[in-house]
Amino acid sequence: MEGTGTPVGRRVFLGMLGVGAAGVLFGAKAQDWMERVLAPLTARDGTGLSTFLPVGRFRIYSVVGDLPHKSAAEYRLDVGGHVQQPLQLTLADLRAMRPTRLTRDFQCVTGWRVHDVHWAGVRLADVLDRAGVKDGARGVVFRSFDGAYTETLTMNQARRADVIVAYEMEGKPVSTAHGGPVRMYVAPMYGYKSCKWLQAIEVTNTNPPRGYWEVRGYDVDGFVGKSNGRDDNPTS
Amino acid sequence: MAATTTPPADAPAGRVMRFDGVERALHWVNAALFLALLFTASILYVGPLSAAFGRRELIRQIHVWCGLALPVPLLLAVAGRWGSALRADVRRLNRWDDDDRRWMRSFGRDPFVKLDKFNPGQKLNAAFTVGTMAVMLVTGSVMNWFHYFPVDWRTGATFVHDWLAVIAFVVVVGHIGTALADPDALRGMVRGWVPARWARDRRPRWDYSLRKAPTTRT
Repeated sequence: MEGTGTPVGRRVFLGMLGVGAAGVLFGAKAQDWMERVLAPLTARDGTGLSTFLPVGRFRIYSVVGDLPHKSAAEYRLDVGGHVQQPLQLTLADLRAMRPTRLTRDFQCVTGWRVHDVHWAGVRLADVLDRAGVKDGARGVVFRSFDGAYTETLTMNQARRADVIVAYEMEGKPVSTAHGGPVRMYVAPMYGYKSCKWLQAIEVTNTNPPRGYWEVRGYDVDGFVGKSNGRDDNPTS
Repeated sequence: MAATTTPPADAPAGRVMRFDGVERALHWVNAALFLALLFTASILYVGPLSAAFGRRELIRQIHVWCGLALPVPLLLAVAGRWGSALRADVRRLNRWDDDDRRWMRSFGRDPFVKLDKFNPGQKLNAAFTVGTMAVMLVTGSVMNWFHYFPVDWRTGATFVHDWLAVIAFVVVVGHIGTALADPDALRGMVRGWVPARWARDRRPRWDYSLRKAPTTRT
Protein backbone atom coordinates (compact mmCIF):
# COMPACT_ATOMS: atom_id res chain seq x y z
CA MET A 1 0.00 0.00 0.00
CA GLU A 2 0.95 3.63 0.18
CA GLY A 3 4.29 4.47 1.71
CA THR A 4 5.69 0.95 1.51
CA GLY A 5 7.78 -0.76 -1.13
CA THR A 6 10.81 0.43 -3.02
CA PRO A 7 10.77 4.06 -4.21
CA VAL A 8 11.56 3.13 -7.82
CA GLY A 9 9.87 6.25 -9.17
CA ARG A 10 12.16 8.52 -7.20
CA ARG A 11 15.20 6.50 -8.35
CA VAL A 12 14.15 6.80 -12.01
CA PHE A 13 13.69 10.55 -11.55
CA LEU A 14 17.03 11.08 -9.82
CA GLY A 15 18.74 8.73 -12.28
CA MET A 16 17.49 10.80 -15.19
CA LEU A 17 18.77 13.98 -13.52
CA GLY A 18 22.17 12.31 -13.04
CA VAL A 19 22.42 11.04 -16.61
CA GLY A 20 21.21 14.41 -17.89
CA ALA A 21 23.84 16.30 -15.90
CA ALA A 22 26.58 13.91 -17.08
CA GLY A 23 25.31 14.38 -20.63
CA VAL A 24 25.60 18.15 -20.36
CA LEU A 25 29.14 17.94 -18.95
CA PHE A 26 30.47 15.17 -21.21
CA GLY A 27 28.01 15.30 -24.12
CA ALA A 28 30.49 17.12 -26.33
CA LYS A 29 32.78 14.07 -26.22
CA ALA A 30 29.90 11.60 -26.48
CA GLN A 31 28.49 13.47 -29.46
CA ASP A 32 31.86 13.35 -31.21
CA TRP A 33 32.14 9.61 -30.57
CA MET A 34 28.64 8.94 -31.85
CA GLU A 35 29.20 11.00 -34.98
CA ARG A 36 32.18 8.80 -35.77
CA VAL A 37 30.69 5.42 -34.78
CA LEU A 38 26.95 5.74 -35.48
CA ALA A 39 26.84 8.10 -38.46
CA PRO A 40 28.41 5.57 -40.87
CA LEU A 41 25.87 2.96 -39.68
CA THR A 42 22.82 5.22 -40.01
CA ALA A 43 23.99 6.25 -43.49
CA ARG A 44 23.44 2.63 -44.58
CA ASP A 45 19.99 2.31 -42.97
CA GLY A 46 17.51 1.62 -45.76
CA THR A 47 14.36 2.50 -43.78
CA GLY A 48 15.30 6.16 -43.40
CA LEU A 49 14.01 6.11 -39.82
CA SER A 50 17.49 6.72 -38.44
CA THR A 51 17.58 10.10 -40.15
CA PHE A 52 15.42 11.24 -37.23
CA LEU A 53 18.17 10.33 -34.75
CA PRO A 54 20.34 13.25 -33.65
CA VAL A 55 23.45 11.82 -35.32
CA GLY A 56 25.22 12.91 -38.48
CA ARG A 57 22.58 15.44 -39.47
CA PHE A 58 22.42 19.13 -40.16
CA ARG A 59 20.46 21.45 -37.88
CA ILE A 60 18.79 24.21 -39.85
CA TYR A 61 19.49 27.60 -38.32
CA SER A 62 18.17 30.92 -39.52
CA VAL A 63 18.46 34.29 -37.79
CA VAL A 64 15.20 35.63 -39.28
CA GLY A 65 11.57 34.55 -38.93
CA ASP A 66 11.21 32.60 -42.15
CA LEU A 67 13.48 30.54 -44.34
CA PRO A 68 14.15 33.01 -47.16
CA HIS A 69 13.29 31.63 -50.59
CA LYS A 70 14.46 32.46 -54.09
CA SER A 71 13.99 30.28 -57.15
CA ALA A 72 16.95 29.27 -59.28
CA ALA A 73 15.54 31.36 -62.15
CA GLU A 74 15.20 34.62 -60.23
CA TYR A 75 18.49 34.23 -58.37
CA ARG A 76 21.19 36.89 -58.85
CA LEU A 77 24.57 37.27 -57.17
CA ASP A 78 25.93 40.81 -56.92
CA VAL A 79 29.70 41.25 -56.79
CA GLY A 80 30.82 44.78 -56.07
CA GLY A 81 32.69 47.18 -53.84
CA HIS A 82 36.41 47.68 -54.40
CA VAL A 83 36.46 45.99 -57.83
CA GLN A 84 37.12 47.09 -61.39
CA GLN A 85 34.00 45.53 -62.89
CA PRO A 86 30.91 45.04 -60.67
CA LEU A 87 29.04 41.89 -61.70
CA GLN A 88 25.59 40.48 -61.48
CA LEU A 89 25.74 36.72 -61.97
CA THR A 90 22.88 34.31 -62.59
CA LEU A 91 22.96 30.70 -61.46
CA ALA A 92 23.70 29.75 -65.09
CA ASP A 93 26.66 32.16 -65.11
CA LEU A 94 28.07 30.47 -62.02
CA ARG A 95 27.52 26.98 -63.44
CA ALA A 96 29.33 28.02 -66.63
CA MET A 97 32.47 28.83 -64.62
CA ARG A 98 35.14 26.26 -63.74
CA PRO A 99 33.57 24.01 -61.06
CA THR A 100 35.29 22.98 -57.86
CA ARG A 101 34.27 19.93 -55.85
CA LEU A 102 35.05 19.47 -52.17
CA THR A 103 34.27 16.68 -49.72
CA ARG A 104 34.72 17.90 -46.16
CA ASP A 105 33.26 17.58 -42.67
CA PHE A 106 30.83 20.33 -41.68
CA GLN A 107 31.42 21.49 -38.11
CA CYS A 108 29.04 23.73 -36.19
CA VAL A 109 30.26 25.89 -33.36
CA THR A 110 27.39 24.47 -31.25
CA GLY A 111 29.04 21.07 -31.47
CA TRP A 112 27.43 18.95 -34.17
CA ARG A 113 29.46 17.72 -37.11
CA VAL A 114 28.39 16.08 -40.34
CA HIS A 115 31.07 13.93 -41.92
CA ASP A 116 32.04 13.89 -45.60
CA VAL A 117 29.61 16.36 -47.13
CA HIS A 118 29.96 16.73 -50.91
CA TRP A 119 29.96 20.30 -52.20
CA ALA A 120 30.19 21.77 -55.69
CA GLY A 121 30.56 25.38 -56.70
CA VAL A 122 32.95 28.02 -57.92
CA ARG A 123 36.07 29.16 -56.13
CA LEU A 124 35.48 32.54 -54.52
CA ALA A 125 38.93 33.49 -55.88
CA ASP A 126 37.67 32.87 -59.44
CA VAL A 127 34.61 35.07 -58.85
CA LEU A 128 36.81 37.82 -57.42
CA ASP A 129 39.23 37.57 -60.37
CA ARG A 130 36.34 37.86 -62.80
CA ALA A 131 35.31 41.15 -61.17
CA GLY A 132 38.92 42.28 -60.88
CA VAL A 133 39.86 43.19 -57.32
CA LYS A 134 41.51 46.63 -57.13
CA ASP A 135 44.76 47.23 -55.28
CA GLY A 136 44.43 47.86 -51.59
CA ALA A 137 41.52 45.44 -51.04
CA ARG A 138 41.47 44.19 -47.44
CA GLY A 139 38.48 41.94 -47.04
CA VAL A 140 35.23 40.53 -48.34
CA VAL A 141 31.72 40.98 -46.94
CA PHE A 142 28.95 38.48 -47.67
CA ARG A 143 25.31 39.51 -47.46
CA SER A 144 22.38 37.14 -47.25
CA PHE A 145 19.03 37.79 -48.92
CA ASP A 146 17.45 36.92 -45.55
CA GLY A 147 18.05 40.64 -44.97
CA ALA A 148 19.97 40.23 -41.72
CA TYR A 149 22.94 37.90 -41.95
CA THR A 150 26.41 39.08 -42.89
CA GLU A 151 29.79 37.40 -42.80
CA THR A 152 33.35 38.40 -43.65
CA LEU A 153 36.71 36.99 -44.66
CA THR A 154 40.11 38.59 -45.03
CA MET A 155 41.49 38.75 -48.57
CA ASN A 156 43.97 35.94 -47.83
CA GLN A 157 41.21 33.71 -46.46
CA ALA A 158 38.95 34.54 -49.41
CA ARG A 159 41.60 33.39 -51.89
CA ARG A 160 41.98 29.92 -50.37
CA ALA A 161 41.23 27.01 -52.71
CA ASP A 162 38.75 25.51 -50.19
CA VAL A 163 36.50 28.58 -50.07
CA ILE A 164 33.72 28.27 -52.64
CA VAL A 165 30.47 29.85 -53.78
CA ALA A 166 28.42 26.64 -53.58
CA TYR A 167 25.41 25.67 -55.69
CA GLU A 168 25.41 21.92 -55.09
CA MET A 169 25.35 19.91 -51.87
CA GLU A 170 25.32 16.10 -51.76
CA GLY A 171 24.93 15.98 -55.54
CA LYS A 172 21.76 18.11 -55.63
CA PRO A 173 21.07 21.83 -55.89
CA VAL A 174 21.49 23.43 -52.46
CA SER A 175 18.00 23.38 -50.93
CA THR A 176 16.27 26.38 -49.37
CA ALA A 177 16.82 24.98 -45.89
CA HIS A 178 20.55 24.64 -46.51
CA GLY A 179 20.92 28.16 -47.88
CA GLY A 180 20.15 27.66 -51.57
CA PRO A 181 20.07 28.33 -54.38
CA VAL A 182 23.58 29.66 -53.70
CA ARG A 183 25.53 29.87 -50.46
CA MET A 184 29.11 30.23 -49.28
CA TYR A 185 31.07 27.21 -48.13
CA VAL A 186 34.19 28.10 -46.16
CA ALA A 187 35.60 24.64 -45.57
CA PRO A 188 38.24 25.33 -42.87
CA MET A 189 35.91 27.34 -40.62
CA TYR A 190 32.88 26.82 -38.40
CA GLY A 191 29.51 26.82 -40.11
CA TYR A 192 28.57 30.37 -39.14
CA LYS A 193 31.33 31.63 -41.48
CA SER A 194 29.53 30.09 -44.47
CA CYS A 195 26.83 32.61 -45.31
CA LYS A 196 23.59 31.00 -46.48
CA TRP A 197 21.17 32.49 -49.07
CA LEU A 198 24.07 34.46 -50.57
CA GLN A 199 22.96 37.67 -52.24
CA ALA A 200 26.02 39.88 -52.48
CA ILE A 201 29.80 39.76 -52.23
CA GLU A 202 31.40 43.11 -51.48
CA VAL A 203 35.14 43.75 -51.54
CA THR A 204 36.31 46.35 -49.01
CA ASN A 205 39.41 48.47 -48.87
CA THR A 206 39.17 48.71 -45.09
CA ASN A 207 38.96 45.97 -42.50
CA PRO A 208 35.47 44.56 -43.02
CA PRO A 209 32.87 45.22 -40.28
CA ARG A 210 32.20 42.27 -38.00
CA GLY A 211 29.58 39.78 -39.17
CA TYR A 212 26.24 38.87 -37.59
CA TRP A 213 27.59 36.36 -35.06
CA GLU A 214 30.90 38.11 -34.49
CA VAL A 215 28.98 41.10 -33.10
CA ARG A 216 27.33 38.54 -30.77
CA GLY A 217 30.57 37.08 -29.46
CA TYR A 218 31.88 34.56 -32.00
CA ASP A 219 35.47 34.79 -33.23
CA VAL A 220 36.12 36.65 -36.50
CA ASP A 221 38.73 34.08 -37.59
CA GLY A 222 36.53 31.02 -37.17
CA PHE A 223 38.99 28.22 -37.94
CA VAL A 224 37.71 24.84 -36.76
CA GLY A 225 39.61 23.70 -33.67
CA LYS A 226 41.51 26.99 -33.28
CA SER A 227 38.79 29.44 -32.29
CA ASN A 228 35.74 29.97 -30.09
CA GLY A 229 37.43 28.03 -27.27
CA ARG A 230 36.90 24.71 -29.04
CA ASP A 231 39.31 21.90 -29.89
CA ASP A 232 37.52 20.04 -32.72
CA ASN A 233 39.56 18.30 -35.40
CA PRO A 234 40.24 20.65 -38.31
CA THR A 235 37.90 20.21 -41.29
CA SER A 236 40.21 21.33 -44.07
CA MET B 1 -11.45 -10.97 2.44
CA ALA B 2 -14.74 -9.27 1.77
CA ALA B 3 -13.68 -8.40 -1.73
CA THR B 4 -13.36 -11.97 -2.95
CA THR B 5 -16.40 -13.41 -1.15
CA THR B 6 -18.79 -10.78 -2.43
CA PRO B 7 -20.81 -12.39 -5.24
CA PRO B 8 -20.49 -10.61 -8.58
CA ALA B 9 -24.20 -9.85 -8.70
CA ASP B 10 -23.77 -7.84 -5.53
CA ALA B 11 -21.18 -5.58 -7.13
CA PRO B 12 -23.08 -2.54 -8.36
CA ALA B 13 -23.16 -2.12 -12.08
CA GLY B 14 -21.78 1.22 -11.04
CA ARG B 15 -18.69 3.19 -11.19
CA VAL B 16 -15.53 3.79 -9.20
CA MET B 17 -13.91 7.19 -9.01
CA ARG B 18 -10.32 6.95 -10.23
CA PHE B 19 -9.10 10.52 -10.85
CA ASP B 20 -10.52 13.73 -9.40
CA GLY B 21 -10.92 16.96 -11.36
CA VAL B 22 -7.52 18.35 -10.36
CA GLU B 23 -5.73 15.23 -11.55
CA ARG B 24 -7.62 15.15 -14.84
CA ALA B 25 -7.06 18.85 -15.47
CA LEU B 26 -3.33 18.42 -14.75
CA HIS B 27 -3.12 15.43 -17.07
CA TRP B 28 -4.78 17.17 -20.01
CA VAL B 29 -3.02 20.52 -19.60
CA ASN B 30 0.26 18.60 -19.40
CA ALA B 31 -0.71 16.55 -22.45
CA ALA B 32 -1.51 19.71 -24.42
CA LEU B 33 1.86 21.25 -23.50
CA PHE B 34 3.74 18.03 -24.36
CA LEU B 35 2.02 17.80 -27.75
CA ALA B 36 2.69 21.48 -28.47
CA LEU B 37 6.36 20.95 -27.55
CA LEU B 38 6.70 17.80 -29.66
CA PHE B 39 4.94 19.48 -32.58
CA THR B 40 7.10 22.62 -32.53
CA ALA B 41 10.19 20.48 -31.89
CA SER B 42 9.44 18.46 -35.04
CA ILE B 43 9.23 21.65 -37.09
CA LEU B 44 12.52 22.91 -35.67
CA TYR B 45 14.29 19.56 -36.02
CA VAL B 46 13.05 17.83 -39.21
CA GLY B 47 14.49 19.60 -42.27
CA PRO B 48 11.52 19.20 -44.68
CA LEU B 49 9.08 20.37 -41.95
CA SER B 50 11.30 23.40 -41.25
CA ALA B 51 11.17 24.32 -44.91
CA ALA B 52 7.40 23.72 -45.16
CA PHE B 53 6.44 25.79 -42.09
CA GLY B 54 9.06 28.53 -42.07
CA ARG B 55 8.42 31.11 -39.32
CA ARG B 56 11.34 29.59 -37.46
CA GLU B 57 11.75 32.33 -34.85
CA LEU B 58 8.03 32.24 -34.02
CA ILE B 59 8.06 28.43 -33.71
CA ARG B 60 11.16 28.63 -31.53
CA GLN B 61 9.49 31.15 -29.22
CA ILE B 62 6.34 29.02 -28.89
CA HIS B 63 8.57 26.06 -28.05
CA VAL B 64 10.52 27.99 -25.40
CA TRP B 65 7.39 29.46 -23.77
CA CYS B 66 5.60 26.10 -23.68
CA GLY B 67 8.73 24.62 -22.14
CA LEU B 68 8.93 27.28 -19.45
CA ALA B 69 5.21 26.79 -18.71
CA LEU B 70 5.52 23.01 -18.46
CA PRO B 71 6.26 22.69 -14.71
CA VAL B 72 3.64 25.27 -13.66
CA PRO B 73 0.48 23.08 -13.81
CA LEU B 74 2.18 20.26 -11.90
CA LEU B 75 3.47 22.58 -9.18
CA LEU B 76 0.07 24.31 -8.86
CA ALA B 77 -1.80 21.01 -8.71
CA VAL B 78 0.48 19.29 -6.21
CA ALA B 79 1.03 22.25 -3.89
CA GLY B 80 -2.47 23.35 -2.90
CA ARG B 81 -5.13 21.96 -0.58
CA TRP B 82 -6.89 20.70 -3.70
CA GLY B 83 -4.01 18.34 -4.46
CA SER B 84 -4.61 15.67 -1.81
CA ALA B 85 -5.78 13.01 -4.30
CA LEU B 86 -2.86 13.82 -6.58
CA ARG B 87 -0.36 13.63 -3.72
CA ALA B 88 -1.74 10.25 -2.67
CA ASP B 89 -1.40 9.01 -6.27
CA VAL B 90 2.17 10.33 -6.50
CA ARG B 91 3.02 8.21 -3.44
CA ARG B 92 1.41 5.17 -5.07
CA LEU B 93 3.24 5.81 -8.36
CA ASN B 94 6.56 6.08 -6.58
CA ARG B 95 6.50 2.78 -4.70
CA TRP B 96 7.09 -0.67 -6.17
CA ASP B 97 6.32 -3.94 -4.36
CA ASP B 98 6.85 -7.62 -5.19
CA ASP B 99 3.72 -7.78 -7.34
CA ASP B 100 5.02 -4.88 -9.45
CA ARG B 101 8.33 -6.66 -9.98
CA ARG B 102 6.59 -9.91 -10.91
CA TRP B 103 4.33 -8.01 -13.31
CA MET B 104 7.36 -6.38 -14.90
CA ARG B 105 9.29 -9.66 -15.23
CA SER B 106 6.32 -11.37 -16.91
CA PHE B 107 5.49 -8.35 -19.09
CA GLY B 108 2.09 -8.18 -17.38
CA ARG B 109 1.18 -11.80 -18.15
CA ASP B 110 1.57 -13.37 -14.68
CA PRO B 111 -2.06 -14.17 -13.72
CA PHE B 112 -1.34 -14.26 -9.97
CA VAL B 113 -0.16 -10.68 -9.73
CA LYS B 114 -2.57 -8.47 -7.78
CA LEU B 115 -2.04 -4.87 -8.79
CA ASP B 116 -2.73 -1.76 -6.75
CA LYS B 117 -4.07 1.41 -8.41
CA PHE B 118 -1.32 1.59 -11.07
CA ASN B 119 0.56 -0.99 -13.08
CA PRO B 120 4.37 -0.69 -13.23
CA GLY B 121 4.24 0.61 -16.77
CA GLN B 122 2.11 3.51 -15.58
CA LYS B 123 4.52 4.05 -12.69
CA LEU B 124 7.51 4.14 -15.04
CA ASN B 125 5.68 6.48 -17.40
CA ALA B 126 4.90 8.90 -14.55
CA ALA B 127 8.51 8.92 -13.31
CA PHE B 128 9.86 9.25 -16.84
CA THR B 129 7.50 12.14 -17.58
CA VAL B 130 8.53 14.12 -14.51
CA GLY B 131 12.21 13.32 -15.14
CA THR B 132 11.85 14.42 -18.75
CA MET B 133 10.25 17.69 -17.71
CA ALA B 134 13.15 18.47 -15.35
CA VAL B 135 15.96 17.47 -17.73
CA MET B 136 14.37 19.21 -20.73
CA LEU B 137 13.80 22.39 -18.73
CA VAL B 138 17.45 22.53 -17.61
CA THR B 139 19.05 21.57 -20.94
CA GLY B 140 16.64 23.76 -22.89
CA SER B 141 17.57 26.71 -20.66
CA VAL B 142 21.27 26.13 -21.33
CA MET B 143 20.52 26.06 -25.07
CA ASN B 144 18.39 29.21 -24.94
CA TRP B 145 20.73 31.24 -22.71
CA PHE B 146 23.96 29.66 -23.98
CA HIS B 147 25.94 32.90 -23.53
CA TYR B 148 26.03 32.33 -19.79
CA PHE B 149 27.49 28.81 -19.98
CA PRO B 150 30.75 27.20 -21.13
CA VAL B 151 30.73 26.39 -24.83
CA ASP B 152 30.98 22.64 -24.15
CA TRP B 153 27.84 22.76 -22.02
CA ARG B 154 25.90 24.05 -24.99
CA THR B 155 27.01 21.06 -27.04
CA GLY B 156 26.25 18.70 -24.15
CA ALA B 157 22.85 20.23 -23.46
CA THR B 158 21.93 20.01 -27.15
CA PHE B 159 23.07 16.39 -27.15
CA VAL B 160 20.90 15.49 -24.12
CA HIS B 161 17.91 17.56 -25.31
CA ASP B 162 17.94 15.91 -28.75
CA TRP B 163 18.24 12.32 -27.56
CA LEU B 164 15.70 12.69 -24.77
CA ALA B 165 13.29 14.31 -27.24
CA VAL B 166 13.53 11.28 -29.53
CA ILE B 167 12.97 8.93 -26.56
CA ALA B 168 10.10 11.05 -25.22
CA PHE B 169 8.43 11.01 -28.64
CA VAL B 170 8.51 7.20 -28.64
CA VAL B 171 7.23 7.02 -25.05
CA VAL B 172 4.35 9.45 -25.73
CA VAL B 173 3.32 7.46 -28.81
CA GLY B 174 3.44 4.28 -26.69
CA HIS B 175 1.43 5.97 -23.91
CA ILE B 176 -1.30 7.03 -26.36
CA GLY B 177 -1.27 3.56 -27.92
CA THR B 178 -1.76 1.71 -24.64
CA ALA B 179 -4.48 4.18 -23.62
CA LEU B 180 -6.40 3.59 -26.85
CA ALA B 181 -6.03 -0.16 -26.35
CA ASP B 182 -7.82 0.05 -22.97
CA PRO B 183 -10.89 2.30 -23.42
CA ASP B 184 -12.07 1.79 -19.81
CA ALA B 185 -8.77 3.08 -18.45
CA LEU B 186 -8.81 5.94 -20.96
CA ARG B 187 -12.33 6.93 -19.87
CA GLY B 188 -10.99 7.00 -16.31
CA MET B 189 -8.76 9.89 -17.31
CA VAL B 190 -11.46 11.58 -19.39
CA ARG B 191 -14.50 11.31 -17.09
CA GLY B 192 -12.86 10.40 -13.81
CA TRP B 193 -14.54 7.07 -13.19
CA VAL B 194 -13.98 3.49 -14.34
CA PRO B 195 -16.48 0.60 -14.36
CA ALA B 196 -16.46 -1.24 -11.01
CA ARG B 197 -15.80 -4.42 -13.00
CA TRP B 198 -12.59 -2.93 -14.43
CA ALA B 199 -11.32 -1.97 -10.97
CA ARG B 200 -12.10 -5.45 -9.60
CA ASP B 201 -10.46 -7.32 -12.50
CA ARG B 202 -7.54 -5.11 -13.37
CA ARG B 203 -6.61 -3.38 -10.10
CA PRO B 204 -7.83 -5.81 -7.38
CA ARG B 205 -5.82 -4.40 -4.49
CA TRP B 206 -6.93 -0.87 -5.28
CA ASP B 207 -10.52 -2.13 -5.50
CA TYR B 208 -10.12 -3.83 -2.12
CA SER B 209 -8.77 -0.67 -0.51
CA LEU B 210 -11.80 1.20 -1.85
CA ARG B 211 -14.19 -1.30 -0.30
CA LYS B 212 -12.62 -0.57 3.06
CA ALA B 213 -13.37 3.12 2.51
CA PRO B 214 -16.84 3.08 0.92
CA THR B 215 -17.21 6.86 0.84
CA THR B 216 -15.12 7.00 -2.33
CA ARG B 217 -17.67 4.90 -4.23
CA THR B 218 -20.49 6.49 -6.12
